Amino acid sequence: MNKKSNQNYILECIAALLFLAFIFPFFIVLINSAKGSFEVTQQPMKLPDDWSMILKNMVSIWTNPNIQYQNSFISSSLITAISLVVIVMFSSQAAWVLVRTKTRISRFFFFIFVAAMVIPFQIVMFPLLSWFRMIYTVTGIRLLRTYQGMILAYLGFGLSLSIFMYHGFIKSIPLELEEAATIDGCSKARIFFTIISPILKPIHATVVVLNGIWIWNDYLLPLLILGKGNRVQTIPLAVANFAGAYVKQWDLILTAILMAMIPIIIFFLLAQKHIIRGMVAGSIK
Amino acid sequence: MKRKQETQLIFWIFLCPVLIAFLLVIVIPFFMGVFYSFTNWSSSARAGVSLQCIGLSNFTESFEDPAFLYSFLLTLVYTVLNMIAINLTAFILAIIVTSKLRLRNLYRVGFFIPNLIGGLILGYVWQFIFNNAVPAIGESLPFLSALADPANLILSKRNSALMALVVVGTWQYAGYIMMIYVAALEGVPEELHEAATIDGANTFQRIRLITIPMIAQAFTITMFLTLVQSFKQFDVNVSLTAGGPSAMFMGQPIFGTELLALNIYQTAFTANNLAEGQARAVVFFIVLIIISLAQVSANKRKEIEL
Repeated sequence: MNKKSNQNYILECIAALLFLAFIFPFFIVLINSAKGSFEVTQQPMKLPDDWSMILKNMVSIWTNPNIQYQNSFISSSLITAISLVVIVMFSSQAAWVLVRTKTRISRFFFFIFVAAMVIPFQIVMFPLLSWFRMIYTVTGIRLLRTYQGMILAYLGFGLSLSIFMYHGFIKSIPLELEEAATIDGCSKARIFFTIISPILKPIHATVVVLNGIWIWNDYLLPLLILGKGNRVQTIPLAVANFAGAYVKQWDLILTAILMAMIPIIIFFLLAQKHIIRGMVAGSIK
Repeated sequence: MKRKQETQLIFWIFLCPVLIAFLLVIVIPFFMGVFYSFTNWSSSARAGVSLQCIGLSNFTESFEDPAFLYSFLLTLVYTVLNMIAINLTAFILAIIVTSKLRLRNLYRVGFFIPNLIGGLILGYVWQFIFNNAVPAIGESLPFLSALADPANLILSKRNSALMALVVVGTWQYAGYIMMIYVAALEGVPEELHEAATIDGANTFQRIRLITIPMIAQAFTITMFLTLVQSFKQFDVNVSLTAGGPSAMFMGQPIFGTELLALNIYQTAFTANNLAEGQARAVVFFIVLIIISLAQVSANKRKEIEL
């Protein structure tokens, strides 16, 4: 018994130390967001004298015309929200017809969507740019540096995993449900929207979490499609620009980082269960 | 008959948006990309003007470039180190949060949170820690005074900068992998542990002989995820080290921590050689597929043994 409690004591210490190590970077960001530029570089480990500096720094980031933080925040939110709506709607529809149609072409499409998951972004990113430019020259539809281009790209890159997740779940929904509705004279489209889509709620949540965290944090795709320093900017782009353009103004960079973290952490604390469940489900596929 | 037509119609209507997006964003660029890697494609020769097939020379030139070879080797080293570090840490974390510690739920949240924040932002945070906070710790603690010496900055030397990338990679990803282990650990029946305890097995014996074999399937998944994640690492690389510091390789100065994904990007945009960057991306794709298939089949074999 004594040995047991000793073991527990050691585990307790290791756990506490690891926990402190894991939150240490957040602590550094927090204390240094409440300091002036000189103090940040001279005494990064010191607790701030005046915590109200944090608000002052935040306001200066929010209103600084060079950083465009407000616009980036709005753009990031719009791109994430609309992409999620599009991904959820179109992938669930597609997965449903792929499950319920037992033809060769249906199996072929599903296979191709799943196979595409192994394609790394790197191999398509350069041609994607020139292809989007070609589309503009030929049709006049502007996809580079626009919201629609970003959203189309996120649908393209997000649909494989999303369809896969919906597919797995829809297979387990009994067909009798739909047959009964058909006999009652319900049209196919209505069956989907009034019967199937509500049943899919847990998977909708998983798909939203998986894609939402990816899209909100993504850097490389917006860097290529939106470019640096243009009208439409996401938060990671704004932070990268800002950290590169100013000669390491750490007080402002760290405050900007804190402001980029706050929405995700709030979102996480509100929907912790869904997020963890969703992300684990996404990995086990 | 009418019903069948309706089913057909709905099939195509519901599939149409994803098919279009898939075609425009993945399929066409993918084939264009493979094709361009055999041409003299450049940003000035945009819409197919004066595009010429030049065979394999983009590939041969890539493999003659010390910077590419170096990035390749570096990425393999980084991937192996990162996989080990992440999985080891994540496994320990999973044991911690599934034990009966009082604060286990708080720990779970703390370990998981870095994973929600983008690699780019995390890289900047850690750049500040390594360049400013660590020297400041060295100044205030006499026995760590070596850290305060500007010559000892972690990011200014290649090997320590690579370690820094591993540390940040682990910090970012271990909490996520931990959750997968947690899900697996919760599936291990309690009775097995009880029986082993009665037979006199200690904690480490139980982990080695019961826990690890019982969650072998989870290892296949976590190894795969960490492999792909490490091999594709880009964001943290950009913001933490930006490829620096410089180092020598095959008698040429190269970027000491430039991983493959960053090398591909720099080749295309900084060195302005799109076609060669594309060829490197094709190599990247093929290598990624080969090593991840090898890993999964090796793990599957292990799973059966266990």
